[in-house]
Amino acid sequence: MVRTKSLTRMTPYLFLIVPLIIYLIWVIGPTFYTFYLSLTDWDGLTTPNFINWRNYQKLLKDPVFHVSLKNNLRWIACFITIPVVIGLALAMILNRDIPGAKLIKASFYSPMVLALVVSGLMWGWMYNPAHGLINGTLRLVGLDALAQGWLSDKDLVMWAIIVVGIWQRVGYVMVLYLAGLQSIDPRLVDASKVDGANSWQTFRHVIFPLLGPVTVIVVVVSIIDSLRAFDLVSIMTRGGPYNSSSVLANFMYIEAFNNYKMGYGAAIAVILFLISSVFIFIYLWRILQTEMEY
Amino acid sequence: MTAKKFFSSPWRTLGYLILAMVTLLWLVPLFSAVVTATRTNDDILTQGFWSLPRQLVLSNFKEAWERGGLSRYLPNSFIITLPSLTLTLFLSSLSAYALARFRFRGNRLIFFLYIGGMMLPFQVLLLPVFRLTDALGLYDTYWGLIAFHTAFQLGFCTFLLRNYMRTVPGEILEAARIDGCSEFRIWWQIMMPLTLPAIAAVATLEFTWIFNDYLWSIILLRSDNLKPVTAGLAALQGQYIMDWSVITAGALLATVPTVLVFIFLQRYFIEGLTLGATK
Repeated sequence: MVRTKSLTRMTPYLFLIVPLIIYLIWVIGPTFYTFYLSLTDWDGLTTPNFINWRNYQKLLKDPVFHVSLKNNLRWIACFITIPVVIGLALAMILNRDIPGAKLIKASFYSPMVLALVVSGLMWGWMYNPAHGLINGTLRLVGLDALAQGWLSDKDLVMWAIIVVGIWQRVGYVMVLYLAGLQSIDPRLVDASKVDGANSWQTFRHVIFPLLGPVTVIVVVVSIIDSLRAFDLVSIMTRGGPYNSSSVLANFMYIEAFNNYKMGYGAAIAVILFLISSVFIFIYLWRILQTEMEY
Repeated sequence: MTAKKFFSSPWRTLGYLILAMVTLLWLVPLFSAVVTATRTNDDILTQGFWSLPRQLVLSNFKEAWERGGLSRYLPNSFIITLPSLTLTLFLSSLSAYALARFRFRGNRLIFFLYIGGMMLPFQVLLLPVFRLTDALGLYDTYWGLIAFHTAFQLGFCTFLLRNYMRTVPGEILEAARIDGCSEFRIWWQIMMPLTLPAIAAVATLEFTWIFNDYLWSIILLRSDNLKPVTAGLAALQGQYIMDWSVITAGALLATVPTVLVFIFLQRYFIEGLTLGATK
């Protein structure tokens, strides 16, 4: 009896041991190891030497770092607004029974399943200054003046890439809001109509507040994904021209794997991690709250 | 509501027209790619994008498939994705069961470790995982990539499956326990069948995510003949710099598997996204 009891106590650990060890080795451990590497001058070949905070001091003075950080902030600003507004509007419309809703939904969902590399290539071609669809269309309708070198103009390029990110993201936001709308008690909406609220008032004062938890999740996840932005930049411009479309993830990759400044790259990764961790904690906090309600 | 009744209001009809236009706008990139891939590059470069195609061709797909290497890259994607998917689902269903159905010290801490890990920026893992993979002798092999995907995706899968497993009524499991069923049999024969809907949802999502990974395949692989289709497309882009017909044809071919998954398993895909973000 004693034996079975101790075995019962061991049971959860038996289930956990293999996956948890794998996770600790490949995911959790490396996070700490990157902190260590960021304090060294590792070049990928020789043994790392400890150089204190020098990588960080260098980073603060690096103009590419400033551009990348600014671009990540632009990315975040766009991601927490534009796809959220479009996604929410679409969810509100498509939550009702309208003709062709299924087809419309599928059109907005479909970019989600494409690899970012694929989207990057498709859009890169549309942005092609001489032969692409966008300039081609502008010239066709006589707006030649608006035709641009979308990916070669250093003031435009970041926005041009963010547009691709938005294009791909709207479907995701829509899915979450549609699920949120499904879970709203229709009686609450009816009650506000009975009280004489018009559609906008009902949305503003009843539906939108009820969708609050979804909005928090959407915003937090959008910020985290903005900080992960890599594939589109890498495939469309590699951060160019003259680093004007560089983002932290891409900057880190280039420093570490193209310039073999791995210690320096690790320092960039740590900065990226520190920014993300604020939002990871907010997310965990939300989950902790819902757990407590159980 | 019938279509006739729906369009009886002019405002609603106008709104619907705007919606239809935005929807079409969303499909423009696909349209652009399909139009380009089915024409010859010369035709587009000399005539411009908005011109009637002289002829429709399939040769670009053939070129991308054969000389462009997609006949290698696409199977590689499956060789990497399917084992990663199977392993991560198997392992995460174990940890999810422990976290969902047992009270023990550290339960919540471990659960939060999984969730926190799944949201990490990849850059913070790149160098150590690169070094680890190299030290294990797995650099430039399928297994290096499979090991990473399996490990990293444990976070999301455990999170989602654990939440789902918590909703299974405890009486079923209790009854089996009283009948003397071992915990591993309860997990495999009772919990797993009941969790199948969630497993289907998470598998659909994970298939797409692992299949579409680009960053890790350029970090952990070097040989061209091992590359999955994402890294392969990047190579194709370098090989056919100005030949956009072949590049778009390759891009379209690369999407066929995930698009098929989406068409046939859309319900699970959407369910997975919903389960992953809400509770």
